[in-house]
Amino acid sequence: MSEQEGSPAASLASRLVPVVLVAVALAAFPFAGSKFGIDLLTRIMILAIFALSLELLVGQTGLVCFGHAAFLGIAAYVTALLTPQSAPAPLLLLLPAAVLAAGAYALVVGALSLRTRGIYFIMVTLAFAQMAYYVFHDTPLGRGSDGIYLYFRPVLSLGGWQPFDLDSGHTFYYFVLASLAFTFGLLALLVRSRFGHALAGIRVNEQRMRAAGFRTYAYKLAAFVVAAMLAGLAGFLYALKDGFVNPELLSWHQSGAVLVMIILGGLGSLRGAVLGAFALAMLQELFQSSTVFGEFARHWQLTLGFTIIACVALMPNGLVGIGRQIGRRVFQLRWRHA
Amino acid sequence: MDPVVFLVQCLNAVQYGLLLFLVASGLTLIFGIMGVINLAHGSFYMIGAYMAYALAPWVQQLVGGGFFATLACSVALSVLLGYVLEWIFFSYLYEREHLQQVLMTYALILVFEEMRSILIDNDVHGVSAPPSLAGTVPLGELMTYPVYRLFVSGVCVVVAAGLFWVITRTRLGMTVRAGASNREMVQAMGVNIKLLYRVVFSAGVGLAALAGAIAAPVSSVYPGMGNQVLIICFVIVVIGGIGSIRGALLAALLVGFVETFGTVFFPQAAGVLVYVLMAAILLWRPEGLFRTA
Repeated sequence: MSEQEGSPAASLASRLVPVVLVAVALAAFPFAGSKFGIDLLTRIMILAIFALSLELLVGQTGLVCFGHAAFLGIAAYVTALLTPQSAPAPLLLLLPAAVLAAGAYALVVGALSLRTRGIYFIMVTLAFAQMAYYVFHDTPLGRGSDGIYLYFRPVLSLGGWQPFDLDSGHTFYYFVLASLAFTFGLLALLVRSRFGHALAGIRVNEQRMRAAGFRTYAYKLAAFVVAAMLAGLAGFLYALKDGFVNPELLSWHQSGAVLVMIILGGLGSLRGAVLGAFALAMLQELFQSSTVFGEFARHWQLTLGFTIIACVALMPNGLVGIGRQIGRRVFQLRWRHA
Repeated sequence: MDPVVFLVQCLNAVQYGLLLFLVASGLTLIFGIMGVINLAHGSFYMIGAYMAYALAPWVQQLVGGGFFATLACSVALSVLLGYVLEWIFFSYLYEREHLQQVLMTYALILVFEEMRSILIDNDVHGVSAPPSLAGTVPLGELMTYPVYRLFVSGVCVVVAAGLFWVITRTRLGMTVRAGASNREMVQAMGVNIKLLYRVVFSAGVGLAALAGAIAAPVSSVYPGMGNQVLIICFVIVVIGGIGSIRGALLAALLVGFVETFGTVFFPQAAGVLVYVLMAAILLWRPEGLFRTA
């Protein structure tokens, strides 16, 4: 038990316990939190899904996509456009449509842009995202910079029976939480699968993977489409949350912000992506709150900027690096005494 | 299209393209030589423009004013700013991964934007062209063209020519080119790479600030002006091939023409054309037009 790494049981426990604790805390939050808190947490969880989807590309596969907001935005727009003006749409139709639309766009973008690599890949994905941005911004389809309102959340109806109603109480919060759990679980399985190991191999040394007989292009394209579809899930939820979509969802600021989240959280780990989404959104909220910073809250970008610089300077492995250090120390103590 | 209108649009395209070249040349050198993805480069353009606006009253008091004195002042101060920034901030970024540089320089944008809002304000300001350049030249029977825009193109051409001369004909330029193709080897040959970095970085900042300062009378001065230029300049750097000044010039002019004539012929799709161009070029040549190293 005195090894640096600890026993397998210890390391599994140290990995699982925080995840379970966070899940329980999130599930219990609506009983204690204010309406504002619930709303904020819903938004953060949607951002966490978005960040997780990008983590699959950047952290696991080593593909830095700078146009990830396009997939979020396209799914959000499809959700808004397919919802009738005067009646709710069926959930079982709307959700797959939104996710598949994002996936289809990613199939085209990925097939073309995966021909390039490095900084050129970053810029080509940006270019395709900007194209999508201008389609919604400048053509009648997206109704310009004002965006589109969405008056009804979709309903799930199985032969006349409605298991839940997204408009009532905390149902939407739990729906988002379930989506986050689904995304996290799916990616955790994916990363541990043969497919995930192949992606990790591509990240470390693509040439070698190709020499070993892997069709790396197909693997990368598959990862790209899966990531886009998960981003589409986040876009779908985003549209439902506010009942409103606008072209800013697709802007490069959005793509940049989600990249910042996963780097801040720590690349190469799923928990890092969730942690980064929470940290960035909470920091923004904190620095913008005038009760804490008074007059200076107007200049929240300054405090946020300096905080990010300090974070990167002091924590090269992101927030999760620190968490890992503390976690290891605590569990080592515990298991040594046991 | 009427030939005179066509000529006016061509002049606008060249002026816009050359202005973008000033910003993009610094970006491509910093990226090509130091390997730093500097998202804050657009902020230097913004800083130059705001200096041209905010320094004017001070220069008025100190040396009796004049647009050119303000211009010189802004550029000198920005070069100094670049030198200090490289010293206290960027020199720590070289060893970091690209993505951490992205994060750090992204944070720097936030800091610069907020400093601008604290020191000056969040309003849009006009900067007037100097009286000596405020006139227009007649073109054909009905059209006129502002002298100041010609002056902007002229300054850009002179600076671009100077830059090419330095890069291709001087010892400094030789080290810069060598640094772009093999950093370690240059260091092994005994070149003071720290000083080289500092010089290149402050020159890049100076060029971006100069572009901002001379563009101020044409485009006015507004918050967020840096971000708009930043993305277009990254497009230029990538189209031209990273580290290539020649590529940056060609790409900047290409983007200038596509944006200007796009607005004339396809006003609905003007914004998207540049990105279509970039995607097409990168799919045709995945490493840009003039990838040197």
